[in-house]
Amino acid sequence: MASLSLTLTKPLRNVGLYVLLMVKAFASLGEFRLYRKNLFKQMVRVGIDSIPIVALAAAFSGAVTTVQTAYQLVSPFIPKRIIGSIVAPSLILELGAVVTGFILAGRIGARFAAELGTMRVTEQIDALEAMGLNSIGYLIVPRVLAGVVMFPVLYVVACFVGITGGIGVAHFGGYLEAGEFVAGAREFFQPFDPVFGLIKSVVFGFAITSISCYKGYYTGGGAEGVGRATTDAAVLSCVYILVADLLLAIVLL
Amino acid sequence: MIQIEHLYKSFDGKPVLRDVSLEIRDGETLAIIGRSGSGKSVLMKHVIGLLTPTSGRVQVDGTDINEIPYRRLREVRRQFGVLFQGGALFDSMNAFENIAFPLRTFTDMEEAAIRDEVYECLRLVELPDVGPKRTAELSGGMQKRVALARAIALRPRYIIYDEPTSGLDPETSNAIDDLIRALTDEMNVTSIVVTHDMHSVLSIADRAALLHRGHLHWVGTIDELHASDDEVLCAFVKANEYQIGVPQRV
Repeated sequence: MASLSLTLTKPLRNVGLYVLLMVKAFASLGEFRLYRKNLFKQMVRVGIDSIPIVALAAAFSGAVTTVQTAYQLVSPFIPKRIIGSIVAPSLILELGAVVTGFILAGRIGARFAAELGTMRVTEQIDALEAMGLNSIGYLIVPRVLAGVVMFPVLYVVACFVGITGGIGVAHFGGYLEAGEFVAGAREFFQPFDPVFGLIKSVVFGFAITSISCYKGYYTGGGAEGVGRATTDAAVLSCVYILVADLLLAIVLL
Repeated sequence: MIQIEHLYKSFDGKPVLRDVSLEIRDGETLAIIGRSGSGKSVLMKHVIGLLTPTSGRVQVDGTDINEIPYRRLREVRRQFGVLFQGGALFDSMNAFENIAFPLRTFTDMEEAAIRDEVYECLRLVELPDVGPKRTAELSGGMQKRVALARAIALRPRYIIYDEPTSGLDPETSNAIDDLIRALTDEMNVTSIVVTHDMHSVLSIADRAALLHRGHLHWVGTIDELHASDDEVLCAFVKANEYQIGVPQRV
């Protein structure tokens, strides 16, 4: 009976721990001196170091979307520039943020959980606390802030490279001229689309980094626990990206 | 002075510490002994507020550390230096940076003064040349010494040692014991040593407290320990004698 109630209350307990951790992290925002150095280091790790893989994934997403859209629009009554009208908003509204999110969930989410998890099981977090340091302010705040600040930068890179990839494959693949693609993209452009994408990228950046830090910070059970936390961080980040994606679309579009 | 009063701690309903009351006097070296799983490390973590008691209280110099705000607790913790069981060195830093970390974080010292202080700490732990080495390049004994150097960098009033000799060969264990004794004399600190190594206890402690199944079973001086006929204490000491030979106080 006791173990049943423990199993039933565990998800609630996890949510409570996560919320409490984030409250403590927000309360530590004022201690800028504590995490200043670490913040810039994490911004480089999350942002600059992720640019190559995000750009690669975005370029291929843009290119593949262009080819597949061209494949589906075979009617002579549909002007080819519609391809640009479909591909560009797809990247700005959806693919730019979601593809970047999945890449960061694997690359940064797993890394944060593994780093903090290892620090937890080797008592390095206890050592920070025992010294009189605010471990949440020192370890979690700069990581979450780096995610929130750098994800929108990566999103912009992803959209730019993705659309360029689409134009490139459209032009050199003989599907339509670059000018036609751009004209189509501009024809149905909505100024709110990139704003929506930026809002999504801030939410995704927070979700990935905060979930991963939570998983790492509360790791238990030695090396096996670190492995479990790392996997959970990557999987949960992807799940919450999808959930947040739908909710934001319903609320904001 | 540290006072632990009627401390209870349970995890998920399972009791680990039951009604533990203990006083740690200024300037003494107290060994907390007991079998693995008896609650020694849990008790140690309560002393610096890393764990919150289920009931009871811990007072450091008259301040109940579970009743004060987190910011104030951090100030109290700065009076402590803690040597963790595995060293807990930050593996993203080398030995020098590990020792310099508390100085850079909590003091306004110039870099040159920090450098001098770090090398003074390394001299105290008899490892003057390991500063540039990564923690992975250090042996277990060296890691513990560097961790000890980091623990004493802010010149704490209290030093807590969690299993300082576990996992080390007898010769290195003796060297660590000598080091703890020398630091205690040189820095005039109050030391709490959590261990199951009776050889260490007899070498460095003024008093010992035996935890048994979560209860504080016995407390006394080392002379009283030698004279005691308490069954549980004798069994614990005897088990150690079989492992290391008859220990003699140095």
